Amino acid sequence: MDRRKLEEDFCRGLMIAATFVVGGSLFAVFSVVILKGAPALSLSMITELPQGGYYLGGEGGILNAIVGSLYLGLGATALALVLALPVALFLQKEYIGNSRLGRLTRLSLDVLWGVPSIVYGAFGFIIMVYLGIRACLLGGIIALTLLELPIMIRAMDEVVRMVPQELKEASYAMGATRLETTMRVVCRQALPGLLTALLLAFGRGIGDAASILFTAGYTDRLPHSLFDPVASLPLAVFFQIGTPFPEVQQRAYASALILLLLVLILSVASRLLTRKFNKYVVR
Amino acid sequence: MRFRRLKDLVASRFMLAATIFSALLVVLIAAGLLQKSSLVLAMKPLTQLLFSSSWHPLSGEFGLYPFIMGTFWVTGVAMLIAIPLCLLVSIYLAEYAPSRTRGVVKPLIDLLAGIPSVVYGLLGVLIIVPFVKNIASFFGSTTNGYNVLSGGIILAIMVFPVIISISEEVIRTVPQGMRETSLALGATRWQATKLVVRRAALPGIIAAIVLGFSRAFGETMAVLMVVGNVAKVPSSVLDPAYPLTALIANNYGEMMSIPLYGSALLLAALVLLVVVFLFSLGARLILIRVERSYGIG
Repeated sequence: MDRRKLEEDFCRGLMIAATFVVGGSLFAVFSVVILKGAPALSLSMITELPQGGYYLGGEGGILNAIVGSLYLGLGATALALVLALPVALFLQKEYIGNSRLGRLTRLSLDVLWGVPSIVYGAFGFIIMVYLGIRACLLGGIIALTLLELPIMIRAMDEVVRMVPQELKEASYAMGATRLETTMRVVCRQALPGLLTALLLAFGRGIGDAASILFTAGYTDRLPHSLFDPVASLPLAVFFQIGTPFPEVQQRAYASALILLLLVLILSVASRLLTRKFNKYVVR
Repeated sequence: MRFRRLKDLVASRFMLAATIFSALLVVLIAAGLLQKSSLVLAMKPLTQLLFSSSWHPLSGEFGLYPFIMGTFWVTGVAMLIAIPLCLLVSIYLAEYAPSRTRGVVKPLIDLLAGIPSVVYGLLGVLIIVPFVKNIASFFGSTTNGYNVLSGGIILAIMVFPVIISISEEVIRTVPQGMRETSLALGATRWQATKLVVRRAALPGIIAAIVLGFSRAFGETMAVLMVVGNVAKVPSSVLDPAYPLTALIANNYGEMMSIPLYGSALLLAALVLLVVVFLFSLGARLILIRVERSYGIG
């Protein structure tokens, strides 16, 4: 009996220790980025473009990367939404639901979810060559759209499936078509979840570097058209930390802090939005 | 009425088209990569490309073996670190933790999943590389810290959320009755977990691990920043490695200029895709079976 008690306590201790290690790694990420990034952060970092000699320690900021990341993220999320929402709605029981096509689509999306982002980058590059464009905003948006697509569809599918069947049946009983029910009942009921899915995909897109490394390019200027190359925050971190100059490396830390804050704001915002919109949901 | 029907029909055709596009995307990607890498595949036999160690792009030798091994080494070390920790945490969260603790820890783990990979890379460069260097020099090794071990630690941190969230969910779907039966027979909580829950949850846990593996396999930026990038098969965890993903990311410039080089790099991307595809397909099929036998939710 004693031995069993000992085993129980020992394993429980191990588990708590493991939880602390995992929690601690999260804490380490935040504290390192904040401690290193905050001293290097300044107003000129976020309001100025890189000036001459910036990468040797000269004046300037990373406004190009912040604006570029927002352009890329917003463009890709908008495109992904146009594709993802119809798919998520089509996966309802009224359409393909649990039919063979429905199951196959879900399986395919799950596999797609695991495809490395650099593979999306390589595929985006192939599309760019096919279209005959160089690394530019459009190329980056295409690669990021593909990356965000499975994330968004799967998240939306989860919430659309949660809409109570009775609610839809009430709408059908009034003589509404599938489309009308979907647009006016399902979408409204699932709205908080759909928003969360949107922000989740946006956060994932804005933080990804490997897929835009060779599709979006990098530049010190702001893009003026879809065919201009564009800078981005993750790549700003990556390139600046690769330089041998401590001043520039400091800026990499500050850029990482900005990126992390952006991702955090998105994640908190999605939670708040969910709460705000939840009052329109029928329970 | 006819107009409303027509709208319904048109909309469902559009949705069908979007669905077919999304479902076939993985096939499209594979086809595109295969078509582009056919240039190098036509010149060299596949076995030589995959198992030759000589990587001399300028003289036309494209042996991917050191890079494939580099990827496996780093991923392997990551899994050795991540699996025990993740299993302990997910058992704790599913079986032991009071619901308030779970309510705090789970969102934090989800947060970990959303952190961009360059930020992890930064953590690697600033903390883990010096740490590994110091530990290694204590044992008399002269590594500079940019090696397989550093890459493995960073990757392990990155796959924590994937493995923990899936396996915790799987463990929680084990019917409560099975646990209670075992507890009623006098088993301790750990014994019930070890003997009963484990047996029921094992396939799902394996699937979670496989998904974590495929996530680690394709990770690029964070690994690239800490593994050292030396094109040689590593012989210990303190050697530098050069994973496939880093190879593609470091040499993308050549994709535009030298067609054969570019083709070889896209072949490397295809190898990544095929491995990840097989692993995650297997894992998902297991999870679907688990879901069917217990019913999630």
